[in-house]
Amino acid sequence: MLSGYIPEFRTRFRATIMGIIMGLLNERIQMMPRKELDELQLKLLKAQARRLYELSPFYRERMKAKNVTPEDIRTLDDSAKLPFMTKKDLRDFYPDKLFTVPRREIIRYHASSGTTGKPTIVGYTRKDIDMWAESLGRSLTSVGLGEDDVIQVANTYGLFTGGLGFHYAAERIGAAVVPASTGNTERQIQMIQDLGVTAYAATPSYMMYVGEVAEKMGIDLKQSTLKTGLLGAEPWSDKMRDRIQSQYGIRGINCFGASELSGPLFTECSEQTGIHFWKDVALVEIIDPETHEKLGPGESGEMVITMLQKEAFPIIRYRIGDITMLEEDTCSCGRAHPRITRITGRVDDMLIIRGINVFPSQVEHCLNTNPEVGNEFQILVERKGHLDEMLVKVELKPEAFTDNILELNALRERITSKLRNSLNVGAKVELVPPGSLPRYEGKAKRVKDTREI
Amino acid sequence: MNMVNEFKIKQLSIFSENKPGRLAAVAKAMRDEKINILAFSIAEGAGYGVIRVIVDAPERALDRLIKDGFMVRFTDVIAVEMSDKPGGLYELTEMLAKAGVNIEYAYAYRNKPCAVLIIRVEEVDDGIAKIRQHGAKLLDSSHFQVDSNCSR
Repeated sequence: MLSGYIPEFRTRFRATIMGIIMGLLNERIQMMPRKELDELQLKLLKAQARRLYELSPFYRERMKAKNVTPEDIRTLDDSAKLPFMTKKDLRDFYPDKLFTVPRREIIRYHASSGTTGKPTIVGYTRKDIDMWAESLGRSLTSVGLGEDDVIQVANTYGLFTGGLGFHYAAERIGAAVVPASTGNTERQIQMIQDLGVTAYAATPSYMMYVGEVAEKMGIDLKQSTLKTGLLGAEPWSDKMRDRIQSQYGIRGINCFGASELSGPLFTECSEQTGIHFWKDVALVEIIDPETHEKLGPGESGEMVITMLQKEAFPIIRYRIGDITMLEEDTCSCGRAHPRITRITGRVDDMLIIRGINVFPSQVEHCLNTNPEVGNEFQILVERKGHLDEMLVKVELKPEAFTDNILELNALRERITSKLRNSLNVGAKVELVPPGSLPRYEGKAKRVKDTREI
Repeated sequence: MNMVNEFKIKQLSIFSENKPGRLAAVAKAMRDEKINILAFSIAEGAGYGVIRVIVDAPERALDRLIKDGFMVRFTDVIAVEMSDKPGGLYELTEMLAKAGVNIEYAYAYRNKPCAVLIIRVEEVDDGIAKIRQHGAKLLDSSHFQVDSNCSR
């Protein structure tokens, strides 16, 4: 009895002390012992399953088809009984047919890349916005950020969730926000200096680029107030993290999120040993992508996420497509919330270009709207300096070939701007002769990604 | 009308990716066919170019290039003679200006004792008529067949 009690007491004591000293947002949940967390998570899972069964015709149908009712969810492992949701579902029910609240309760919309021309629309109730800010806010305090900090948000503001996600979380913890958004790197660096920015939210590749530009401007970021990089939205490596740390004196904190889930939601804690997923916000499973069998901690597989408290746009067992591993052991920071290790790949062909998700099918869909070019295409991705560059090669149809170079250039410009509009990220376009791109029998390999991360 | 058609020169316009070896591939195809290249130029686009060629056997050249997988088509151009001495180009272009002929693109070659300006205009028939009215000497297409020479 005693031996069970003492560690419990220690954890609680430590949690309280840390909460007070570190200024943790919602310290009670952050430091909650595993047993209580599990109980809380199960309670939330049951409630969400019941709620969806009642409110979502789509999900009720899915549950019926799998012969499962909310009453069948008795333990956390029972989550495996619930049906999956996929990106295709989100597309098929565009724009808001999966929403489970009346329209008047929606207070915000965001959008993310779809697999074809249409994006995925995400709606938020007031509580959704609140939980989102709370989740990321907790994470920011878990790396020691708080009221004394100045956080510059260099993620895109707008339909993309990166900018506003960090913005609300930073405000939530009482930090000062510099809503810089993307672009104009020299001004960004000036702001860091002039406003005493202490944390910078961006993609890791842009963080490196900022460091490089600062060097060119004769500014040593090591001597600046900037000590923390909140980095995510694209794959990166420990090698990059080491470089950011040693070259610029910036601690690189790995972040995770996705528009479908709300936006950026979770980060690593100060221990930097994996991204903590708050157990009352999300339930994470790792499955075998082929057999759909649940995998254990330390086994690499496809991540499946259930959002436990979302109202407007519920997400249950969503197959987000990332490949990673789960770490269930209590972290050396004392938190019992599970962690995921680095995302090591994708189960589909999604690319991440400068933090923006791009599906080759989107490129195809966009090219198909141009009668002057053929159906074959090739996507070449490389990292030039620190930034991603995407080149799309497409075959010009013989009947569209003209001796007038201005007309050809105009066509190329037209396709370039269409692609930019539909992908939300720039791509170079190259017109090539018909028949010059490789043809495939069976599965096409249209993407050549030579980035070294 | 026939009189006008005689002065339309069939130029080959070849689409080419901007990478090493493309021009050589065109040149090799012409050598293999024993076709002589009389004049050529390259227009540079963004990542690609258009190779413009005048040869002594345009139909045969076209067939061969298509067979080799090139995207190629004929474009009607006009060949105007100018004198091969200082002021020759000025004389001619001033005449074109007076005639109200707008040039889309042009290139020249020298073929002793005269020089030739190849021009592409938007309205070819109209261009030919105007240039002839202003007394310039146009070369007809037969001039570009094997072994012909310039008139001076």
